Amino acid sequence: MIAPDDIEEAACRIMANAAIDIPADYRRSIQRMADGESGDLSCFVLRTMLENWETATADRRPMCADTGLPRFYVKLGDHARFAGGFTGFERALRSATARATHDIPLRPNRVHPLWRTDHNNNVGINAPEIEWSFEPDVDWIEITTVHKGGLFGTDYRMLFPGDGIDGIKRFFLDTLVAFGKRGLACQPAIVGVGLGGSKDTCMVLGKQAACLRVVGDRNPDPEIAALEEELQELGNSIGMGAMGFVGKSMVADCHIEVGYTHTGGMPMSMHTFCLSSRRATVRIRADSSTEYRTDPKWFTPYMRRETVEWQTPHPVSRQSG
Amino acid sequence: MADPAPGFKTVRLKVPVSGEDLADLAIGTIVYLDGVIYTGREGVYQRVLGEGNPLPLDLPAVSNVNFHCSPAAAVEPDGRYKVGGVTATASFRFAKWMADWFRVSGARVIIGKGGMTGQDYRDLFLPAGAVYLTTVGYGTGALLGRGIRRVREVHWLGELGNAQALWVFEVENFGPFIVDSDLQGNSLFEQQAELVNRNLEELYAGLRPPALSRYGETDDRKDELI
Ligand code: SF4
Repeated sequence: MIAPDDIEEAACRIMANAAIDIPADYRRSIQRMADGESGDLSCFVLRTMLENWETATADRRPMCADTGLPRFYVKLGDHARFAGGFTGFERALRSATARATHDIPLRPNRVHPLWRTDHNNNVGINAPEIEWSFEPDVDWIEITTVHKGGLFGTDYRMLFPGDGIDGIKRFFLDTLVAFGKRGLACQPAIVGVGLGGSKDTCMVLGKQAACLRVVGDRNPDPEIAALEEELQELGNSIGMGAMGFVGKSMVADCHIEVGYTHTGGMPMSMHTFCLSSRRATVRIRADSSTEYRTDPKWFTPYMRRETVEWQTPHPVSRQSG
Repeated sequence: MADPAPGFKTVRLKVPVSGEDLADLAIGTIVYLDGVIYTGREGVYQRVLGEGNPLPLDLPAVSNVNFHCSPAAAVEPDGRYKVGGVTATASFRFAKWMADWFRVSGARVIIGKGGMTGQDYRDLFLPAGAVYLTTVGYGTGALLGRGIRRVREVHWLGELGNAQALWVFEVENFGPFIVDSDLQGNSLFEQQAELVNRNLEELYAGLRPPALSRYGETDDRKDELI
């Protein structure tokens, strides 16, 4: 049985990992972009960022002082057992947030939207967000924390089926050009695109696509995977690099997640995970042992299921009639 | 110090920054600072300029560099300060305060994220003989955090909270920053955006607009979206 203290400890540790150590997949992609960047200023920015991440890891300090809005994604195995119930679990994550805010330290970013009340611990009404998902046949718990920053770079638009891929491309460009100028989005970004669902689902999927998939990961649907690559290339052909300077380093990767939607619509959301693409994951096994990593592996075949029944092992097929 | 790409001029300036040093700064120059700087953003501006409270310290005598920043900092139980990283916040929102702030504080250098408009530089910065330095990235919190030697004092921590308080830092080799505006009113961001804009028409060529428009795509509020 996993104890609440184990959950809190592990959550504190991933909070520190996320705030301080840039995930290797993202760092490698920025290194590649720096090597290939022809814009001098944009290249200088990327090289400075690489140096910044080294400094953060060496000094154990947050890579960016805007430590974002810490939040959690929890995946529970069907057979996972933990003491304290679900509210105990949530309490452990809230407590970890408050502790990590002081200990690392993180910036106490969370305030009341109207009264600007600040508890100085990143905890408040509906904060931190905790999203739950499940995994069949296993007995572990996985907790991912994401510290997404950025007041800029996110948008939503109701497109229609007739707008087609052109509509998707236009909105993709609109968002990147608008928020890329002056580098408001702190690009190069991992761009997450949500397609379909209802409006809230569309936003959630796009955000998860940006924050919970690593650079180089492709959607299992080959045609969506091809669109991911096409959009990435399109973003990098704007002529804009880091900080909006002339260059081509805009999109470190593009991830698309889809959800079945209203037959009349094709809603789309855009999310940019910035130069501080902070995520960290822990798996807690039934015997309370832990394993830390930076790939959340959030989108399992089970998460993307499209039929009523679910069997494991899952037959890998693109279309299910 | 970061190894700037060839062709970049890099300078190290003492704070308070002298008028001569400022006059020599060309846009695109990489800057590092030594001396005393302070943070101030909407909370401080509102208290001083909006509500008319006196400055909590003799700012003109202490520093002429205002950083638009909230540090990731915590106060230890024994009262000491722990500063992790520092990163700028987007400055464009503070343009409305700048003219009065220059007058009251004697600031000559504003550091922040993303700059202000060229018009703001010409209308607000030039009369004050001030320039704008942008942080790099923007997420160089760790590099900048390393440049902070000591928290000299902090004001209005209780009233404004960590993020909005007025922090006074002693800094050494603090940077890098890029000069966005010079004393002629040029803006690096504006010049770069113009270059990028030239490419946009071609980029969008052949992409049909969506059937339904959005408010904001037209300035005429009488327009229908369809
Ligand atoms: S968008 Fe990201 S890199 Fe930029 S300031 Fe915010 S957290 Fe830092």
